[in-house]
Amino acid sequence: MTAEQVADGDDAPAVAPDPDPERRHGALVTSSLGQVVLHPERASYLEVIDGLQAEGFNLCSDVTAADYLTFAGGRLLPPGVVAERFELVVNLTALRQRARVRLRVQVPEDDATMPSLFSRYPGTEAMEREVFDMFGITFDDHPDLTRILLPEDWEGHPLRKDDGVGRIPVQFKDAPGAR
Amino acid sequence: MSATHDTDASPDSELPDEPVVSDDDRPAPRDVTVMDPYATFEGDQEMRPRDEISATELLRQSGAVLRLSEADAARLAAETAGTDDETMIINMGPQHPSTHGVLRLMLELQGETVLRTKPIVGYLHTGMEKTGEELTFMQGTTNTTRMDYLSPLFNETVFALTVERLLGITEEMPPRATWIRMLMCELNRMSSHLTFFATNGMDIASTTSMIFGLRAREALLRFFEEASGLRMNHNYIRVGGVAADLPDGWQETLTTLLADLELQLEDHDELFSGQPIWHGRSQGVGVIGAEEAVALSATGPILRASGVPWDLRRDEPYLAYDQVDFDVIVGTHGDTFDRYAVRMNEIRESMKIVRQCIESMPTGDWRIQDKKVTPPPRARIDESMEALIHHFKIFTEGFRVPEGEAYVAIESPRGELGCYLVSDGSAKPYRMHIRGPSFVNIQTLPHLMRGGLVADAVAVISSVDPVMGEVDR
Repeated sequence: MTAEQVADGDDAPAVAPDPDPERRHGALVTSSLGQVVLHPERASYLEVIDGLQAEGFNLCSDVTAADYLTFAGGRLLPPGVVAERFELVVNLTALRQRARVRLRVQVPEDDATMPSLFSRYPGTEAMEREVFDMFGITFDDHPDLTRILLPEDWEGHPLRKDDGVGRIPVQFKDAPGAR
Repeated sequence: MSATHDTDASPDSELPDEPVVSDDDRPAPRDVTVMDPYATFEGDQEMRPRDEISATELLRQSGAVLRLSEADAARLAAETAGTDDETMIINMGPQHPSTHGVLRLMLELQGETVLRTKPIVGYLHTGMEKTGEELTFMQGTTNTTRMDYLSPLFNETVFALTVERLLGITEEMPPRATWIRMLMCELNRMSSHLTFFATNGMDIASTTSMIFGLRAREALLRFFEEASGLRMNHNYIRVGGVAADLPDGWQETLTTLLADLELQLEDHDELFSGQPIWHGRSQGVGVIGAEEAVALSATGPILRASGVPWDLRRDEPYLAYDQVDFDVIVGTHGDTFDRYAVRMNEIRESMKIVRQCIESMPTGDWRIQDKKVTPPPRARIDESMEALIHHFKIFTEGFRVPEGEAYVAIESPRGELGCYLVSDGSAKPYRMHIRGPSFVNIQTLPHLMRGGLVADAVAVISSVDPVMGEVDR
């Protein structure tokens, strides 16, 4: 398994500065201020998660996302990772090894869908609902993908960068006039 | 006749235009044909009858965490067959006194027994993560401190630690600042757990416990007021250090406070820990095992009460927790009583840490001498124009933080409190996310409530100790 991955890395064109980038379960590994970060492809996201779970990462600490609409160029991604508008950020913890990894998965704007981690980590249910609520990223096979913090009839996803602050008219109950 | 008709027609054709246009602009209400525009429509988030939800969701609401065996699944299916007229779905909250704010629970009951639970949250949502993107790193702690209002100092600490990691000044922090942070956090842990005793006692109708808990907490709040000027939402721990040095004579104040608290905890032990009625209400109620707690990402006293020795203070030491001596309290049964006992003993451990802080508090600076993040001392402003400009610049523009992203987690009284920050190199965070332990821990409720009585549900909710300000953010 690892030998194949190393071979894959060797086969990659020599344009990349590091001809043999470190990989873990097929995902590129970088270090962000001393923290281990994995950059899996969306297609192999679940495989990487399964691999990490087998390694002992048994607690999913956090699932969140970021919208890089207005900060597309500057973020630090290893060569080979195509930057997309959204990024799903998953923090996993291995209690026995006392280790943490962070996964940053690029999610394209025109197809903002991710597989759900619910069947692997049941505790991600609320966190994925929050990401859906705030960013509009949908999760396949999530048991109950509804808004969690905002009211059901809310429009838009407020943590997207193009959902401006204060642009939504607020209607108070007794205020006159049409809504 | 025709003239009047014409005059009627011409304003007619102008006037109704507007409502028609605004009707088009108005979003079509989903599913509901007639909707009162002022009614709150939340249909989809509610608990729905069993035949309207997927099998996975049914299992989740019934408290199944790990994969069920065939026999268990069959038993669950048999339980529901033909019982639709015997079960009922009721609403608990959002204004129920036991819900610690505005937590709304929907319960499916069979008689007095809880079959399914669905927590519905969001009633306190004020978009604090979005607000965080509009505030500078300097102002960020004023925002995060308002999330978990029972442990505000932890929210400030986690934000400050994350920004310091992005700035790369973690190693240069003066030891006194770090120790003051640790001292204040431990005092805050005590006050938060004391509030838990108060509310937990209140929920099972023991008003004495409430008075005891709040009375003990009051002394700690008084110390916070002395140190930071405020009883809550202190904004005391800031990026680069703390807002002010500890007040004069703090050692004596705290020594007296700890001695008093010791006696009050003994009272509390006498009133609760060994008391048969409390045992009857809490032992074996709301049980969660280690495997389930880990699977549900539960942290803090819930996880430790189920027997997992996981405490970030020991396992991933931050601040100066590697230099103090304390024990990680672990339970055995994972029931309501164990969660109570874990918190009770954690107060004693915190007192141990506070005593060590009193003994070995380092001297020196209480904030970093880095002109980039630290404003000049107040006295300098009166005599130096440069200091005034520096002060003005740092408070109006803030300081720039290099590009990068970081996640820092600390052990709050409720579990792992994490902060994920993305900086684009400006003075404001590009993305600020707080991982609230209450938000995640609340997912254990369906499991804890399953098969219990409605009367126990109240005790179970408060044993999870959720703070809705943090759940909804």
